[in-house]
Amino acid sequence: MSQLFKITIDGETTEVAPGTTILNAARQIGGSLVPPAMCYYSKLKGSGGKCRTCLVEVSQGSEKDPRPMPKLVASCSTPIMDGMVVKNLTSPKVLEARKGVVEFLLINHPLDCPVCDQAGECHLQDLSYEHGAARSRYEEERRKFDRIDIGDKIQLHMTRCILCYRCVFTADQITDKRVHGIMFRGDKAEISTYIENVIDNDFSGNVIDVCPVGALTDKTFRFKSRVWFVKPMEAHRDCPKCSGKTVAWLSGDEVYRITGRKDKYGELEEWICNDCRFEHKKISDWVIDGPRAIERHSVISLNKYEKGIKVETPKKIGYGNTR
Amino acid sequence: MATKLLLEHINVPGIETYDVYRSKGGYRAVEKALKTMSPDDVMEEVKKSGLRGRGGAGFPTGMKWSFLDRKSSNPRYLVCNADESEPGTFKDRYLMEKNPHILIEGLILSSYSLGSNSTYIYIRGEYKWIVGILEKAIAEAKNAGFLGKNILGSGFNLEIYVNNGAGAYICGEETALIESLEGKRGNPRIKPPFPAISGLYNCPTVVNNVETLATVTPIINMGGDEYAKLGIGKSTGTKLISACGHINRPGVYEIDLGLPVDEFLNSDEYCGGIRKGHELKAVIAGGSSVPILPAELFMKNAAGEARLMSYESLSDGGFATGTMLGSGGFIAMDETTCIVHNTWTLARFYHHESCGQCSPCREGTGWMEKVLHRLEFGHGHMHDIDLLVEIAGKIEGNTICPLGDAAAWPVAAAIRHFRDEFEYHVTHASKVKDSRKAHLPNYKTATV
Repeated sequence: MSQLFKITIDGETTEVAPGTTILNAARQIGGSLVPPAMCYYSKLKGSGGKCRTCLVEVSQGSEKDPRPMPKLVASCSTPIMDGMVVKNLTSPKVLEARKGVVEFLLINHPLDCPVCDQAGECHLQDLSYEHGAARSRYEEERRKFDRIDIGDKIQLHMTRCILCYRCVFTADQITDKRVHGIMFRGDKAEISTYIENVIDNDFSGNVIDVCPVGALTDKTFRFKSRVWFVKPMEAHRDCPKCSGKTVAWLSGDEVYRITGRKDKYGELEEWICNDCRFEHKKISDWVIDGPRAIERHSVISLNKYEKGIKVETPKKIGYGNTR
Repeated sequence: MATKLLLEHINVPGIETYDVYRSKGGYRAVEKALKTMSPDDVMEEVKKSGLRGRGGAGFPTGMKWSFLDRKSSNPRYLVCNADESEPGTFKDRYLMEKNPHILIEGLILSSYSLGSNSTYIYIRGEYKWIVGILEKAIAEAKNAGFLGKNILGSGFNLEIYVNNGAGAYICGEETALIESLEGKRGNPRIKPPFPAISGLYNCPTVVNNVETLATVTPIINMGGDEYAKLGIGKSTGTKLISACGHINRPGVYEIDLGLPVDEFLNSDEYCGGIRKGHELKAVIAGGSSVPILPAELFMKNAAGEARLMSYESLSDGGFATGTMLGSGGFIAMDETTCIVHNTWTLARFYHHESCGQCSPCREGTGWMEKVLHRLEFGHGHMHDIDLLVEIAGKIEGNTICPLGDAAAWPVAAAIRHFRDEFEYHVTHASKVKDSRKAHLPNYKTATV
């Protein structure tokens, strides 16, 4: 095994394998010093670098060359060097830039959270709660698009999209041909399947789970319930296509929706197939393993579990408290 | 005193044909290099010449070449960046149109030095007719044995291909250019890895500007040391400047770097002064993305010394009181120019050309354009001016590629130096509204 590199992030030092990015090194340390990521997705090759929310300051390039890097760098796509010193929450420059990025992401976002299915589990909500300003200085009209159905189960609401490209990489990964991509340029850019085609693949439903906002939603769940009124339960079934390990969102004995299991960074542990996701909506289809651990601070965990059920509460993660 | 290296024979009739170009000493450098020099010798000469990238950034070319990963088992590529899209810059167009062979010769020399057997010219979509000119020149050179297999018996093979872009400014950014050349959407790549390690088709690649590569021809002819004697300090050699705006003689001029700006602007050999009855108000010295400077700061730096046309002198004082030589797109504006309108036009351009990949540029350029539009047409508020400065500050340095900076700098600089005009647009809003109303019917066809 090759030698490990030493890296210090916000004063915490760890050793990681060469080639690791700053973001992944931070995730190895864990805690509030992990930069937020809207576009990076560890399971998607090529993702990252676009949203600029994970910008960090490198105050020492490496042991050998201690010069700081002139600009803030995207931590998700910058590999570490031995002896690198990184500032995330301890750098006023980073917090200022991140605030700017949040403002940019929000100026064309409709902020229709009251009627958005993603509300409560939306990364953009969390991010703007942590880093955003209370008011927008944007006075102009916001970008608007018509809703588009991508197949009969997925709806694209482009108005809410922050162009993280995650779904594009997902589609690239699950299909042989390029069926899903970006059209147009600049703030007119939109994600689209070729002339509103369907992503014809058993795993296409995963684009819903990778979407950090409410741009891609599950049509079988749309407007059925708010996410904080349904209980996430770990469930499994024998599935010939995927692992069958999912989260079933229940209200009583009714299965409202099925999603993949997400880790603490909001990333899917495994892809699940459309069969599991869309076609098995009866409690008898599933073996319920127990409640899904949800971050203590999330609205989803509110009043959810009866006393006595031991739920592992993960360490506070995510975007750190900057207020 | 002016040395002409690139434009020496530009007015010779038929210089675009191989025969005339050859009779004027063309392809001598190729003969010299392939028969008597090793690839490393050629690179050594380029290093000695102190040539700096002519596309805008001014990065030393020899150093860029030395970064190329020569140990890789993959083929190496040279790509010529002819995606000249910066508003105000039209020097490469002139050179390729009038004297394509000097570029082809430079490409052969550079490819030989870098070990590229397939070299690409990526030309912007709007330069469609130049594709034919270049392809004809390539065919002629091939006929004469300067391209193809085993050139001049040296064992070196080279083919040059011309690729037409689809008209996107962003494809002038080297990694976006590479993506586009590969047939993909022209989005800049996330760096690292840099093209020198993993570029075109994930192979080591060097991307250089047209003028940079064409200049390799005179460098080999005269020797790197001789070339380095031209110019001033670290700005060696000559540079093409495309001058436009309110000057008497717009056009493309070859200057020795270090020429006093006063001479460039006022002598009849170059711009010939500002049009009669008017005086210079502001200058964009190196293409639309560099900071605009008011006349007095352009002619003399903050310390009161006369400025020279060189990388160092123009950037003297940083962005507070200086600018950049950039790509050499020289835009002079007289006192009839409305800086707010001008800034809005530039912001509109960058908004239109942003690729939309990263959030600060995608959203910020559009926002700046809308706020500037408000100000320009008399609907702005005083706080909009500070808002613009802040948006520009949030974009600058936080984007994937330099387009974000290019969009932010002109806005920030215009407010830095001409804040009073922006304030005038707020305080005299009704007057501005009236005057703009008169312009509105022609607005779509007006050339700004």
